[in-house]
Amino acid sequence: MKRDGDMTLSTPKIKSSGIIVEYDDKRALHGIDLDIYPNEVTALIGPSGCGKSTFLRCINRMNDVIDNCKVSGRLMIDDTDVYDPEIDVVELRARVGMVFQKPNPFPKSIYDNVAYGPRIHGLTENKDDMDRIVKKSLKRAGLWDEVSERLDDKALGLSGGQQQRLCIARAIAVNPDILLMDEPCSALDPIATSIIEELINELRERFTIVIVTHSMQQAARVSQKTGYFHLGNIIEYGETNDIFTRPKNEQTEAYISGRIG
Amino acid sequence: MTDQATQTAQSKHLKKRYRAEKRFKFFGLAAICSAAGILLVLLGGLTQMSIPAFTHHYVTLDIAIPETTIPADQVTDPAAMRKVNWRGMVRKTLRNEFPEVTDRRGKRAIGNLLSGGAGDALRDKVLNDPTIIGSTVAVALPLSDDVDLLLKGLIDRSLPEDNRVISDRELTFIDHLEAAGRIDRRIAWFLFTSGDSREAEMAGLRSAAVGTLLTMLVTLLFSFPLGVMAAIYLEEIAPKNRLTDLIEVNINNLAAVPSIVFGLLGLAVFINFFHLPRSAPLVGGMVLALMTLPTIIIATRAALAAVPPSIREAALGVGASPIQVIFHHVLPLAMPGILTGTIIGLAQAAGETAPLLMIGMMAFIVDTPMWIDDKATVLPAQIYMWANNPERAFQAKTAAGIICLMVFLLLMNALAIYLRKKYEKRW
Repeated sequence: MKRDGDMTLSTPKIKSSGIIVEYDDKRALHGIDLDIYPNEVTALIGPSGCGKSTFLRCINRMNDVIDNCKVSGRLMIDDTDVYDPEIDVVELRARVGMVFQKPNPFPKSIYDNVAYGPRIHGLTENKDDMDRIVKKSLKRAGLWDEVSERLDDKALGLSGGQQQRLCIARAIAVNPDILLMDEPCSALDPIATSIIEELINELRERFTIVIVTHSMQQAARVSQKTGYFHLGNIIEYGETNDIFTRPKNEQTEAYISGRIG
Repeated sequence: MTDQATQTAQSKHLKKRYRAEKRFKFFGLAAICSAAGILLVLLGGLTQMSIPAFTHHYVTLDIAIPETTIPADQVTDPAAMRKVNWRGMVRKTLRNEFPEVTDRRGKRAIGNLLSGGAGDALRDKVLNDPTIIGSTVAVALPLSDDVDLLLKGLIDRSLPEDNRVISDRELTFIDHLEAAGRIDRRIAWFLFTSGDSREAEMAGLRSAAVGTLLTMLVTLLFSFPLGVMAAIYLEEIAPKNRLTDLIEVNINNLAAVPSIVFGLLGLAVFINFFHLPRSAPLVGGMVLALMTLPTIIIATRAALAAVPPSIREAALGVGASPIQVIFHHVLPLAMPGILTGTIIGLAQAAGETAPLLMIGMMAFIVDTPMWIDDKATVLPAQIYMWANNPERAFQAKTAAGIICLMVFLLLMNALAIYLRKKYEKRW
């Protein structure tokens, strides 16, 4: 991977070197080198099956739950080696929140959805603390005004966009550094999508965000950096503006101009 | 021209398709109708057969209870009560209705019109209200099963006397009592309130029903935790390798093992090796628990697998440990399915006879078992024993027993549906 000269000079938050993912004998990722910088939105784009979601799930070790999946290579978050056998995956996932493609709130109340993470990690001592965390998280996710009157209602009674923002609130309630988003808007209508995109832009100040998206417009709108994946390789990575206006690689150009993908 | 040809071919094809659809619908409907018809015939036949068993004929007599029978303060003393000849009192009273009969055979024939339990009816009455000692009270006494059958029209009067269980002379006695308005038909509560008996008119389902409940309790306590834990481990935690594959195949095979094999196992292991009590709900329940385990494990695994992966991902994503994912999210969502499977398994076990045969639960039990180590039998075993009884009155009782067992199973299934509907959550 070539690094552009005009890239931010701060230290990378996530540093991936030679990440290889194999399902049985099939290789899904062929050694990914990628530096992701703090307080930016990094978008991963590429055609279906290119490995962008697989890479995303390497960052918080969600691939662990898949039986035949083997990950090798080195992935650092700050100074922590994510694939160190000594590491506590539970703690890691508290630092790296995740939002999924389909809104997946628990079939519980709105309050309990947000409170679940802090509760299992023992982040609060009493009910007041918990109320504060729930309120803060819902406010940051831009959902507080819509649900403050009905926190005890079922989360599944919310609309799709609200459910997705609830999932974001749930993820940020445990106070992570990094937010991973796996096509968070693909199940939503355009209005809900634009609300989430605005939200992502605000959340950037506090979190390092990595977003996988199928929509190139979305990548262009929300991200500062973009990586283009193809067949398990990262083809091009750089400033979003550069990728979309003057891609260096012809494959990238073919994809963003709609000729492949 | 060709256009028209394709059009005709197309419409022909379409018609053929419609015909095939109609045919299939017809076959499906026919299958359902025949299944429902068979069920109706079965239920109808059983109900019709069982109806006589739900009522019984009683003769009401005014019985004088002399002061000398028993002191009123001793009625609660079983030993003193046992000394009283209640049976003799009721028989004598009935004989007094026929002063013209003086020969011994005739007197005995009159006495035999009454059930062997008629004396108990009087005893219970005194026990309920000791103040009636010393006065004359009207008491309804059960008639013997043959008399009852005759009055229900199940014994043909026109048969020659030699082929009839009721003699001509007995017929005149019965007709006399009936003409005097002393005989009436009542609901046979004893069917539910008394234990088994050699006398058809005294035999009830109570001991067997309580035995079934106690056995089911043991079965539930053993099979539910074991089955659910095994299923959780196999489905959620165990690595997928040859060993777990082998275990899975064997669990599926175990569900198809003939139930009597479990009975033999219970006899060899629980009774002969561990010396647990014979004929007890404890052992019966454990044997049935072994039989129910595969059903519960399979149902639980299916219910766990049906929980959408998105819920697991969501929980893992906020940092729940695998055990927390299972107990906070997956298990509560799978609970309706697990409960349904468990109750279906229990219902299956409640209808089982063969394994209990081996551990001595096919037994003549009069007293209601009080706890899981008492001697007991179960409803299906009771039905089987009644069916083997040569007395005619047991035919109707057998059918009544089957109806009761089916109501029992129906209630269990209704509970399963209720629980599923109540705890079902949508996502």
